[in-house]
Amino acid sequence: MLQIHNLSATVAGKPILKGLSLSINAGEIHAIMGPNGAGKSTLAYVLGGRPGYEVTGGSVSFTPNPNPAHPELVEGYGAARGASTGSARAGVGGGAVDLLALAPHLRAAAGLFLGFQYPVEIPGVSFVQFLREAANAQRKARGEEPLSGGEFLKLAREKAALLKMDMDMLKRPVNVGFSGGEKKRAEMVQMGILDPSFAVLDETDSGLDIDALRIVGEGINAIMRRPDKGVLLITHYQRLLDTVKPDFVHVLAGGRIVKSGGAELALQLEDEGYEAVAA
Amino acid sequence: MTVAALPTRKDEAFRYADLAALAGVWPVVREHIVVPSGQSTSLSIIEDSVVEAVARHLVIELEAGASFDLRILNTGAAFGRIAVDARLGEGARFTLGAAQLGTGSQVLEIVTEVFHDAPGATSRQTIRSVLAGQATGTYLGKVAVARGADGTDAAQSVRAMLLSRTATANAKPELEIYADDVKCAHGCAVGELDAAGLFYLESRGLTPPEAKRLMLQAFVAEAFSGAADEEKLQALALERLGALL
Repeated sequence: MLQIHNLSATVAGKPILKGLSLSINAGEIHAIMGPNGAGKSTLAYVLGGRPGYEVTGGSVSFTPNPNPAHPELVEGYGAARGASTGSARAGVGGGAVDLLALAPHLRAAAGLFLGFQYPVEIPGVSFVQFLREAANAQRKARGEEPLSGGEFLKLAREKAALLKMDMDMLKRPVNVGFSGGEKKRAEMVQMGILDPSFAVLDETDSGLDIDALRIVGEGINAIMRRPDKGVLLITHYQRLLDTVKPDFVHVLAGGRIVKSGGAELALQLEDEGYEAVAA
Repeated sequence: MTVAALPTRKDEAFRYADLAALAGVWPVVREHIVVPSGQSTSLSIIEDSVVEAVARHLVIELEAGASFDLRILNTGAAFGRIAVDARLGEGARFTLGAAQLGTGSQVLEIVTEVFHDAPGATSRQTIRSVLAGQATGTYLGKVAVARGADGTDAAQSVRAMLLSRTATANAKPELEIYADDVKCAHGCAVGELDAAGLFYLESRGLTPPEAKRLMLQAFVAEAFSGAADEEKLQALALERLGALL
């Protein structure tokens, strides 16, 4: 589903990712752990297409799950991309697309979701308005009909309930006045509403208390633990992985994957530390 | 009554004005408004017609305990100037929320003088400018607190967003305080759209112009928040913002 091959990237001219390769299949949840400064957040931003994170080498191929209700999805989105970038840089074949060639909003339309470590506050814009516009912008890029106000609110209510979030909070300005934990929970509500094929979650567990951690973990399972979806979970701690059981765990250090294993690797890291395990 | 001479650039209040355009509408008639003691009034001034020049000058007197809520959308004229003098009686409350949205070579300005002559009055000014092309947006705002006007609470929040390198924002919040026990706050910032916010919105699927429009809408919204006809003002501003992008 997501093939990262020999990816290198710089931030402000400084090399951060140095030949990172990783392959994630549909139906799999991968966790990336690693010490501070290893390049975890850079990887998330590069995948999301944040300006200032410059790719200097390698490739990322993304195969969104074809929506059975909309078999034209991949093709329609390809057309949107061609129109927007003004180039004919096609995907790498078989429904796969060259993720790095897409603008951030088209990555989202293709089915990629980036969960932010520090969700941004946008005063004056309500979650409901923002998310409805975002969901409909994605649908438009894919050649789908927009959601009506009623349809959207029903969807939003359902996903808010899943994350045990008061619907009234979604009427407030985006992330303004939210605690760290509320912001992360709101990120997961957004993920539920946008229903991506693939989610990159950057330290979604930071700032959460034990109860919120469980709610967020169960939310990730409910939304993303499906045979046609994939997740890349970036985390510092093993605790989230008690709820969201990863199929694979990788250690990111010095800008590349230095060790990979099963769920047990996370426990070993917790016990022994990065230095001992990654050495 | 003699007609006042056309101001020159040496007049501080006209320093950034388009004097040639001003000449076409000079002299500017002063519009007097008195809010009687204890009463509340509101007024929205919407200057969104495409004209050569508009210049207005409001002189507002708030008697003791009166309150006046003034909102301004200054966006249509090639030269659009709105001057407001407000004189506050004891315990009066004056609110001004204004947005100036300009592009091309528009010159838009709001010039205020708020006089806290008596104790315990409150004034709140929120000015938001969004400037594209080679537009110029100016806010000159003086708050004068007279001797003995203790308990004065005055705030000015002035922010401008430049959408191009060729747009200009002038902002001069000014305080003149002769009383001891007062609370006067002013903040002033000129900036560009927050890149982190734009990326956040785009990462959720909004196109870059949609993301910008949403952020600008939020930026301008503060000026009209709580207005009696807030919905109408926000909608007009939103329409205009679409044209600026």
